[in-house]
Amino acid sequence: MNEKILGIIEAYGRSPYRLVDILLSLQKEFRCVSDEAVNIVASELGLSEVDVRQTKSFYHFFTTEPVGKYAVYLNNSAVSEMMGMADVVDEFEKLCGISFGQKTADGLISLDHTACIGMNDQEPAALINSVVFTGLNRQKVREIVAAMREGKPVESMVTEYGDGNNAHPLVLSMVKNNIRKAGPVCLGEYETGKALARSLTMGSKAVIDEVKSANLRGRGGAGFPAGLKWQFCAHEAGDRYVFCNADEGEPGTFKDRVLLTERAQMMYEGMAIAGWAIGAKEGILYLRYEYLYLKAFLENVLEEMRNQNLLGKNILGKGFDFDIRIQLGAGAYVCGEESALIESSEGKRGEPRNRPPFPVQKGYKNNPTIVNNVETFCSAVKIIENGAAWYKKMGTEDSSGTKLLSISGDCKMPGVYEVEWGMTIHEMLRMVGAENVQAVQVSGPSGVCVPPTQFNRQIALEDLPSGGSMIVVGKQRDLIKDIVLNFMAFFEDESCGSCITCRSFNMILRRQVQKVVEGRAIKPDLDNMKDWGEIMAKTSRCGLGQTSSNPISTTLANFRELYEARVKDEDFQSDFDMEKAIAESCEAVNRPPIVHE
Amino acid sequence: MSEKIKFTIDGKQCEGEKGRYLVDVAAENGVYIPVLCHWKDVIPAGSCRICTVKINGRFVAACTTPVEDGCNVENNTPELQDIRKAIVEMLFVEGNHFCPSCEKSGDCDLQGLGYLYQMMVPRFPYAFERRELDASSPKIFLEKNRCIFCKRCVRMIKDEKGKSYFAFKGRGKDLEISMDKTIAANISDELAQKAMDICPVGAILKKEVGFATPIGQRKYDNVPIGADIENLQKTNGGKK
Ligand SMILES: Cc1cc2nc3c(=O)[nH]c(=O)nc-3n(C[C@H](O)[C@H](O)[C@H](O)COP(=O)(O)O)c2cc1C
Ligand code: SF4
Ligand code: SF4
Ligand code: FES
Repeated sequence: MNEKILGIIEAYGRSPYRLVDILLSLQKEFRCVSDEAVNIVASELGLSEVDVRQTKSFYHFFTTEPVGKYAVYLNNSAVSEMMGMADVVDEFEKLCGISFGQKTADGLISLDHTACIGMNDQEPAALINSVVFTGLNRQKVREIVAAMREGKPVESMVTEYGDGNNAHPLVLSMVKNNIRKAGPVCLGEYETGKALARSLTMGSKAVIDEVKSANLRGRGGAGFPAGLKWQFCAHEAGDRYVFCNADEGEPGTFKDRVLLTERAQMMYEGMAIAGWAIGAKEGILYLRYEYLYLKAFLENVLEEMRNQNLLGKNILGKGFDFDIRIQLGAGAYVCGEESALIESSEGKRGEPRNRPPFPVQKGYKNNPTIVNNVETFCSAVKIIENGAAWYKKMGTEDSSGTKLLSISGDCKMPGVYEVEWGMTIHEMLRMVGAENVQAVQVSGPSGVCVPPTQFNRQIALEDLPSGGSMIVVGKQRDLIKDIVLNFMAFFEDESCGSCITCRSFNMILRRQVQKVVEGRAIKPDLDNMKDWGEIMAKTSRCGLGQTSSNPISTTLANFRELYEARVKDEDFQSDFDMEKAIAESCEAVNRPPIVHE
Repeated sequence: MSEKIKFTIDGKQCEGEKGRYLVDVAAENGVYIPVLCHWKDVIPAGSCRICTVKINGRFVAACTTPVEDGCNVENNTPELQDIRKAIVEMLFVEGNHFCPSCEKSGDCDLQGLGYLYQMMVPRFPYAFERRELDASSPKIFLEKNRCIFCKRCVRMIKDEKGKSYFAFKGRGKDLEISMDKTIAANISDELAQKAMDICPVGAILKKEVGFATPIGQRKYDNVPIGADIENLQKTNGGKK
């Protein structure tokens, strides 16, 4: 065992910067990162044990005890629950004789939950040893468990492959693209290398100007102008870096998954164009662990592009050197935040940094760094190819171009739609075949819950901004329980915890929602929830804590009657339960509680 | 030397060097901005958020924000005071703080802020979280029930090779402070003392000396927290 561990450490150059990769390899090899392994890594890297453990314990997919030979991670995001997760859980638990969070005694199967794995259009979905299983139901679970008992390789349990590159020999996945509407930018016609060749003749400043004048705004959610970010970075001294954010952790988005599958060349080309624009030599694709099934394919695309001289040394004979490597995540939503993504890529806990300095000033290894979303890079390619004027003809005044929407939930045609910015929610619902809609959750849990009275609002950065997640919630759903409570539990798990406000208020607020759902809440609880959420939003460092009260605040604003129907009409209530409080001491002294009314 | 700049805090004219953190410059101008995680000249953690101020209408942490020429800082407004009081209350419900029996009582920054903001009953429900106590080191106790996750120990207590004695473990609701049992077994007296002194609460205690300073003679027994900074203002008119 020791030799294997030492080999893994050696393979990553004994560099603490690669600690996440080292831990990933250990987890894969031994199905866990044991305390013993932690100690060896610590002493080899010259760190203390707690230094290693603080990184390890940050990520969802590292375990201290071995996971099962078949490690099931079932998505428990809201849409998975809506699409029948409870049946899947029940069937797994019945057949395996254990509960979620446990492992069978023979070590064969472990059952765990995980946050959204980017398959909301084909839920319930699970990762089993990092192979994706979609559209699960009782029957499929029976087949899977039977195959596990027979000891079949997980890959062999996938019998039908999805469309497009999902059937590529290096992918062979059952995932479907579900591209329902291809627009002219990201999912339209595309010829690899054209835009990069054009960039290299244009000169780097002209590239930035073109992207600026196209008014390309970041597609990861925040909408920061990409050209401006590139310009800031280009002006800083140091070895500059280009990061592509493929963490896609916001529950309900899966459009980057489709781009990674069908537009990998385009994304890499966009990174190379950005690299040329800012004067970088190295790019890093930060790929969420959940998309591990695409890694071999994505590596292969890189190799192909190197062979075509679109990456590597002296690109297209223009003296430009640029190459890309893939950095895997290990299961943490907050790593999608750009500075957390950088920390994670440096082998550390994915805690967002304080700013200033901004990543464009001091990013990866303290060098100037740009981080952009997959779709942002893809859009940049088309802007260079067809020009800013062409691009600006699409969309609205403030939001030019198109946007990929990942639409899921209660609708007939969940999937990816490339639409021009400016579409109304009404139009969107018609497009996806949704009826009897109670609400639309725009931009995932951190976004807003929009009621029918506001369905004439536009999907645009100036009205309803969106990173792409659109969850349709039908009238049959219990909005507070199925949506709000699920989202708050998500944030409670995913807060990095380094702001005590975000850490604690998400816990406090989740409990308050639970109280409402269980019918224990009283009237003042509602205003309290709103006020406490505001304190968290005002005092937290990154976008997570600044927006994680949105599920509560936007439903309180738009669906207050649902809350009022569930709270008791009382002004005061004691949270203190005397019997519960003294239960333990009563047990210790072996005496029944004596409670005086 | 760095560029001198002028700015205001709650309308009061202040001056300082451009680029330094607001919380330090404010202190030099005799303005107290409460802190729990900040430690001068150590890379800021920005974790406790108690130093939240408003600059030109935006909420920011004073310990991670450099001062800019001409900015207008809000510090002691009712809104910010309520936020800070809420954070203190929140810390009292999320951990387990029994001040009367705590070795740090009177020297504790959290308790000091509780008095400063006249906290009576926390507005939040108690969590009654269970956390363990790590007494494995011969020199120190790590009483996790009292940890407020300020990261001072994580940032400041290192051995001669730069290894950490303390680090976070887990994340979000499972976050806890942890101590490296191997190296903490041989921690020096000086470092153990330093760890206890920098911990703003009673989470890190040096064994056998918890009550060396009698109650009544401790830091905040007779003067409120922040008084040293504000007295500076009274004695020299706010000038350095
Ligand atoms: C908690 C959190 C999670 C985020 N997750 C993602 C993500 O998964 N993908 C992404 O592109 N941006 C994500 N972002 C936004 C990034 O911080 C950053 O703004 C973005 O990657 C910049 O690229 P863009 O300007 O091209 O959108 C996240 C932000 C926060 C606060
Ligand atoms: S707001 Fe939350 S997720 Fe963001 S840095 Fe603070 S604790 Fe971490
Ligand atoms: S133990 Fe003390 S110094 Fe360390 S993080 Fe907790 S409160 Fe801060
Ligand atoms: S003192 Fe500024 S965040 Fe703690």
